[in-house]
Amino acid sequence: MPNIEIDGQTIEVAQGATLMDAAHQLGIFIPHFCYHKKLSIAANCRMCLVEVEKAPKPLPACATPVTEGMKVRTHSAKAVEAQKGVMELLLINHPLDCPICDQGGECQLQDLAVGYGGSASRYAEPKRVVKEKDLGPLVATDMTRCIHCSRCVRFGQEIAGRMELGMIHRGEHTEVMPFLEQQVTSELSGNVIDLCPVGALTSKPFRYSARSWELGRRKSISPHDGLGSNLLLHVKDNKVFRAVPRENEAINECWLADRDRYAYEALNSSERLTQPMVRDGDKWIEVDWQKALTQAAGALRVLRETHGGNALAALASPHQTVEELHLVQKLMRALGSEQIEHRLAQTDFSGDTKRKGATWLGMPVAELNQLQRVLLVGATLRKEQPLIAQRLRQATKWGAQLNVVHAADDELNCRVANKLIAKPTAWVNALAQIAKALLEAGASLPAEVAGQLNNVTVSDAARAIAASLQDGERKAVLLGAVAQNHPASAQLQQLAAAIAEASGAKLGFLSPSANSVGAQIVNAQGAPANDAKGYLLLGVEPELDVHDGGQAIKALDQAEFVVALSAFKGRVMDYADVVLPIAPFSETAGSFINMEGRLQAFNPAVKPQGEARPAWKVLRVLGNQFGLAGFEHDSVEAVRAEALPQGEAGVAARLDNSIAGVALQSLAAQAGLERLGETPIYQLDPLTRRAPALQRTQDALDAACAWTNGGVIERLGLAAGNNVRVRQGGAEAVLRLCRDDRLPDDVVRVAVGPLTAHLGARFGGISLEAV
Amino acid sequence: MSTKVCMWTLDHPEPASLKTYVANGGYEALKKVLAEKMPAEQIIEQVKISGLRGRGGAGFPTGLKWSFMPRQFPGDKYIVCNTDEGEPGTFKDRDILRFNPHQLIEGMVIAGYTLGARAGYNYIHGEIFELYESWEQALEEARAAGFLGKNICGSGWDFDLHAHHGYGAYVCGEETALLESLEGKKGQPRFKPPFPASFGLYGKPTTINNTETLASIPWIVRHGGQAFLELGKPNNGGTKIFSISGHVNKPGNYEVGLGTPFAELLEMAGGVRTGHKLKAVIPGGSSAPVLPAEIMMDLTLDFDAIAKAGSMLGSGAVIVMDDSVCMVKALERLSYFYFEESCGQCTPCREGTGWMHRVIKRIEHGEGRPEDLDLLTSVGHGIAGRTICALGDAAVGPVQSFIKHFRKEFEYHIEHKKCMVGN
Repeated sequence: MPNIEIDGQTIEVAQGATLMDAAHQLGIFIPHFCYHKKLSIAANCRMCLVEVEKAPKPLPACATPVTEGMKVRTHSAKAVEAQKGVMELLLINHPLDCPICDQGGECQLQDLAVGYGGSASRYAEPKRVVKEKDLGPLVATDMTRCIHCSRCVRFGQEIAGRMELGMIHRGEHTEVMPFLEQQVTSELSGNVIDLCPVGALTSKPFRYSARSWELGRRKSISPHDGLGSNLLLHVKDNKVFRAVPRENEAINECWLADRDRYAYEALNSSERLTQPMVRDGDKWIEVDWQKALTQAAGALRVLRETHGGNALAALASPHQTVEELHLVQKLMRALGSEQIEHRLAQTDFSGDTKRKGATWLGMPVAELNQLQRVLLVGATLRKEQPLIAQRLRQATKWGAQLNVVHAADDELNCRVANKLIAKPTAWVNALAQIAKALLEAGASLPAEVAGQLNNVTVSDAARAIAASLQDGERKAVLLGAVAQNHPASAQLQQLAAAIAEASGAKLGFLSPSANSVGAQIVNAQGAPANDAKGYLLLGVEPELDVHDGGQAIKALDQAEFVVALSAFKGRVMDYADVVLPIAPFSETAGSFINMEGRLQAFNPAVKPQGEARPAWKVLRVLGNQFGLAGFEHDSVEAVRAEALPQGEAGVAARLDNSIAGVALQSLAAQAGLERLGETPIYQLDPLTRRAPALQRTQDALDAACAWTNGGVIERLGLAAGNNVRVRQGGAEAVLRLCRDDRLPDDVVRVAVGPLTAHLGARFGGISLEAV
Repeated sequence: MSTKVCMWTLDHPEPASLKTYVANGGYEALKKVLAEKMPAEQIIEQVKISGLRGRGGAGFPTGLKWSFMPRQFPGDKYIVCNTDEGEPGTFKDRDILRFNPHQLIEGMVIAGYTLGARAGYNYIHGEIFELYESWEQALEEARAAGFLGKNICGSGWDFDLHAHHGYGAYVCGEETALLESLEGKKGQPRFKPPFPASFGLYGKPTTINNTETLASIPWIVRHGGQAFLELGKPNNGGTKIFSISGHVNKPGNYEVGLGTPFAELLEMAGGVRTGHKLKAVIPGGSSAPVLPAEIMMDLTLDFDAIAKAGSMLGSGAVIVMDDSVCMVKALERLSYFYFEESCGQCTPCREGTGWMHRVIKRIEHGEGRPEDLDLLTSVGHGIAGRTICALGDAAVGPVQSFIKHFRKEFEYHIEHKKCMVGN
């Protein structure tokens, strides 16, 4: 390990480290623009030039490897002269529009110009002007401000996995731009805003709405996918203006998915419910909390007295906090109901009795990067878990083999070693083939599974996946949301567990929601039913959240009384009898448990809007309304202490993916067209559904179409681009038909969304016909 | 008649043909190397003795460069020939391709043998497309004659060559930008280290030499390093093709021994344009600092002498300017070239070349300011030595040398808003 001296301080650094690394270890700041610790070294901005003894020229610290005995001066006259020289050149063509630039106040160029720039420019010639680029609804451009550091370009290639931005032309004419007539469609695109050291790439929804120095910074946790990305909410005047990443190497690193970054827009939506209301026939009447609560509790009490406690049911969103989910299950159980459910998109609960604990990732998130072999089952990975996809992409760069079983051969922006693409009803058989291939290759499979594989014929693809999994170290079998929501989910889990055991892999669940693990830990689950007389909805939009939206709406329409705790109006106003406005994550304190079992608590960033109140308080007072004991908590911490008496350690003890005793009954695929009904990336929860910018992305537009392959389209005499009638059971929807030849035969991809909410279950038979 | 290493085929009919080449000892060096299974160390040693220095501009000792190549490295290794002859004033490599393509092929095959490569590429710049095509024909001839491809000269050893043409970017003559371009990417220089010898084409060990350098190899192998050295002078072995352009009566390529006095070369080129006096010479391609006539007339043409005088032998492109030349206008043109050819990757070159050009243009158009000359010097200082590749230095060389040697002319332009030369 070489020893070097920087600014008089000596340090021993790792072989191959750069001067920038060494300076960082010593806490010495070297000015830079193109350098970024997560990106490859470009050495193009030249801002980090430093003086190195015996080197004739100043050297870029970011790209110069240390050698034994090197003596470096980062702030000597020679170094500073070089740095100032570069700064002058960076500024000559940079517009002097800081007063109207959104980056102002948080601009690396501006900050460093204070230290290294001149007070007046020697450049008296006309400045460069660069044409704007349309990158889509999320990222605004002012390309004249670009200093060509190439961070955004490298981000696309190296992190997002797809080069959507590039540099064209030469010299002073160099421009960063997307492909002609194309926008940036990556689900991680917003990160280029953070990476851009100047105001060339800024947030489109945030544009011109506040100056950075006016904004307060509040720590928070993203309430969307199961990763639990760490956020900073930027607030002003009791309003959230934007969300940016809070670095946490163990979770989101320094990144955010666009969903985490832009869903904040919904917090300020005009659809926010800000006043308790009660139904009066077809009218809604705004009332005070007391009246609303009295009416809600009164009606539910009557139903309970008439039909028994189990006539009441609660549907709770897994995007609600640990405390809220704890109180809702406590309330329901105190009322004598076991009908509580957060796994709303699931249909197969037969695994509940075959499992010992709560399902989770099975390992720390940070270990995903180190995996060598992965089998991904039923995960629309980039859309379900954008940053998990990023981590697995990094793993593949280091040689990991990614194997996929899914009904869609989506582009994962990384190398996929083997894949078995089949219609959903063929998945049990697909996993059985892999298990059998492992068995045939000499691996030891649990006897109860091995005994059920006699009639399974192993395909070459399954054999290749098995071979991949048998090789290497550090392996995982990961089940995505589609696998978890699959009608034969327990069988898939059983087989995945067997495959994991036989190949020495860990079994993991990619928790779809921010608090999927927390909801299991507080036991906000039981036996969901569709025929309750009274419903309590917590942060749920049943038509979109429940596996069969049409059936859910029917059940709610038929119920005698529905109390909805919701942050938003929307369709809940059609079937609820009392609506109670609750605070979204930004306006309440609480905690989520992410997919690796990490308990992350957060405080409110702003006060609740209007009369909205934290849901934990509403549930506690509802408990009081029923006169129940044990609803005396005076703080969210008190609720948390009750819900998780041993804190995070207690959570860890209850995480267990193992499963045993599931019979394989679905080894034969069904004939005919089948629906692949995913929750699209921007339909995950009530917040994302109401984020206007996200709803304008290509991902959102694509999700509103019906997709199938060219063979199906031809066979049915349809035409891609035209509208098509989609029928499922008695329900139908008219959608635009799109062609995706990477879908296997007989699969029709119809995602859950406003246009399809009333259709039937997410999987099963479906038909298409011309309109 | 003096010995010619590269341009000797011009003394024969059909200079480019395989027949002419073979009839005059062509491919003998390759046959000898293969027949004797000549050790690579021996070839490299002869190249070191020869004093052969890179003919593309930098003048790096070729033997030393070859010794950097990890010959024992088990995977693929490459030889790349740089015929991206983009330096203004240089037009020698195209004539090697035009008149003696087989000597380059032979040189590259020997280099491949020596350095353990199985394949080589010749990157030929886009403006000489007909030579790209004719060189491909020469490759076919060589393959048919057993000098290239499988089992070369019956030795059981395989090596193949491919032509690749660029699209005319000057920066692609920089060896790592050339590699990027060859890989199908945008031609932008790579940061070094790592150097191509360890991480070159497709990340594999690669040696890149200029056309004239590689074409000199067969001569060295046939006649020995010492004989080559003696064609020139110590540390500056061999002959060199000088491309003389500008205000001479007979512009063209002249191959002479290194160390030949400039005055002699000027004489060969028919002297300065009749009726005019020599004013200045750019001795090694447009990026070499300009030298005034009085300095130039006393110089010999070799790497060391010209470097001592404050310029570079460079690619051997001698640009002769007589007393009709306005140095401000000449510099405006040169600075425009570098402004347009900067790849745009690093800040100093991307921003600074445009700045320098605009200031010089302003001076040329009578809008100069007294402080502009110091400004130009200062901006140049902020570019030189601070970029990934040498293009930044190349852009600054002319500016600083023109102002250094012809400052009065610039000052006159600024003060009188017109030229002191001519009208």
